[in-house]
Amino acid sequence: MTVTAVRTPAGAALRRFRKHPAAVVSVVFIALVVLAAIFARLLSGHDPNAIDLLNARSGPSGGHLLGTDSTGRDVLSRLLFAGRISLGVGIASAAIAVVLGTILGSIAGLLGGWVDGLVMRLADVFMSFPSLVVIVVVAGILGPSVLTMVIAIGLFQWPVCGRIVRGVTLSLREQEFVLASRATGAGPLWLMRKHIIPAALPPVSVVATLAVAQAIALEATLSFLGLGVQPPAASWGNMLTDAQSLTVIRSEPWLWLSPGIAVALTVLAVNFIGDGLRDAVDPRSSS
Amino acid sequence: MTESLLRIDGLGVDFHTDDGVVHAVTDVSLAVEAGEIVAIVGESGSGKTVTAMSVLRLLPKAAEVSADAIAFRGTDLRTLSGAELRKIRGGPVGMIFQDPMTALNPVMTIGAQVAEAVVLHQVRPDKKAAWQRAIELLRLVGVPDPGERVKQYPHEFSGGMRQRAMIAMAIANDPDLIIADEPTTALDVTIQAQVLALLKKAQAETGAATILITHDLGIVAELADRVVVMYAGRVVESAGVTELFATPRHPYTKGLLASLPRMDVDVDQLDPIPGNPPNMADPPAGCAFHPRCPLARDRCRTDRPPLLAIGAGRTSACHFNEELA
Repeated sequence: MTVTAVRTPAGAALRRFRKHPAAVVSVVFIALVVLAAIFARLLSGHDPNAIDLLNARSGPSGGHLLGTDSTGRDVLSRLLFAGRISLGVGIASAAIAVVLGTILGSIAGLLGGWVDGLVMRLADVFMSFPSLVVIVVVAGILGPSVLTMVIAIGLFQWPVCGRIVRGVTLSLREQEFVLASRATGAGPLWLMRKHIIPAALPPVSVVATLAVAQAIALEATLSFLGLGVQPPAASWGNMLTDAQSLTVIRSEPWLWLSPGIAVALTVLAVNFIGDGLRDAVDPRSSS
Repeated sequence: MTESLLRIDGLGVDFHTDDGVVHAVTDVSLAVEAGEIVAIVGESGSGKTVTAMSVLRLLPKAAEVSADAIAFRGTDLRTLSGAELRKIRGGPVGMIFQDPMTALNPVMTIGAQVAEAVVLHQVRPDKKAAWQRAIELLRLVGVPDPGERVKQYPHEFSGGMRQRAMIAMAIANDPDLIIADEPTTALDVTIQAQVLALLKKAQAETGAATILITHDLGIVAELADRVVVMYAGRVVESAGVTELFATPRHPYTKGLLASLPRMDVDVDQLDPIPGNPPNMADPPAGCAFHPRCPLARDRCRTDRPPLLAIGAGRTSACHFNEELA
């Protein structure tokens, strides 16, 4: 038993996080991606939407580091500006999914009974719909826009988080420390805030990162299909649209390699961060 | 007659299980006066914890509680709304749990959990004041260096220290009644003595009445003023602690005492009670103790003995309690 060397919980968590080299590298990487997206205008040197037909489909060169696309727009600046939208959509829709899932999941688990039944059947309904098809329909009715896409992705991802939080809540509800907290006068809201949600954080942080990764991928899919981010605005997904033909894949790899790599590395890094977070927020994992 | 601090009348708790209805507690009545320590003694499954939990309505939803009265300071707790009951829990009635290992949240600091007990009962929540109070409470229960240890997590505390923190939570709001559910069962014997001394001190300082749930008669002798012995969900004997140890008037109590090692008499072998506690889903007819009772006769197999007063402040539920006198 150590009486000395008391650390703050945040400091201890940070220390545990630092034990994951991949997670630390990923944080640096994501920070760079975010910075690059924020300062896209300064870094790119080109207007992402400036058309230069004379320079169309030219490979990487000093003037255009990552080449130009079919209408002569600079791929690098489009990639940087696309990062804003892809990351924004990913984080915003994952946030909707996680907040909705955490609230509904913990209510369902804590109250049980018909509330639990209602919430979980709702989750079943959302999970049994092929989300892509529904989002396509919704985009068709409301018109494709970034906002509808964010809401749609968030709505279809909450059941995953909701089920996990409900499971955590159900097992926690039977724990003696929850009983002890009730015995000191805690009500359901207090239990949720102080005991259930903090305890659900480790799995939720993992789910959240997965949700961000999935949302980025889903955004890419929808935009690729022309139902997400609308041109001329760039997203990693609609940049890949250009790679729909075999000719492009074979002879103009700069068009699809850079957005493809951006999506892959970002998703990978986000997942690594999730792993690091999982251990960091659990004070039992190591001391 | 003045109202007791806590009065339970005719308490019954049923659990509906796949094996049918289990009467975990039947017709239990007990009163606790201000400042006294009442021990509830019995084997596992005798209903002592269920009895205590029913006071604060902390039983799982599956439990069906019936009672003529569960009155605390004259108010029937069963008539209170959830919010009103939460003011009682952790306020005038504090609770100490058996296993400090599981009764503390592993991902919250000790301080946060002690402060929780304080904040929940502040009229205007003041986290800073609650944190200071938590440090003060930990000092009160003998946690060394409380200013630093308050920031630690339960896994950084030893079992005895954790139980001290639990006691700090229970006495946070100067309770009138402390319900201690086997407070030392999960601890090392050496630590038990310290925690018992602390309980005694806390009880003396707050002047709180205490319901002490235990199966350890040594603890009973050390702390309790009055003893209620439970068997198979019923009270079988109650008496002042001195009388109970001197002249038990129920064969079960007598058996419990006989199974203890003694310092003053040289015995080669301890005398256990034969058999096992009854299956509560299918308890024996008549007196529930008759299959294990040395005094059992035909009458005990069919006729359940009522709990009768057998003298000042004493009750016994045995047809033949006279023979033990």
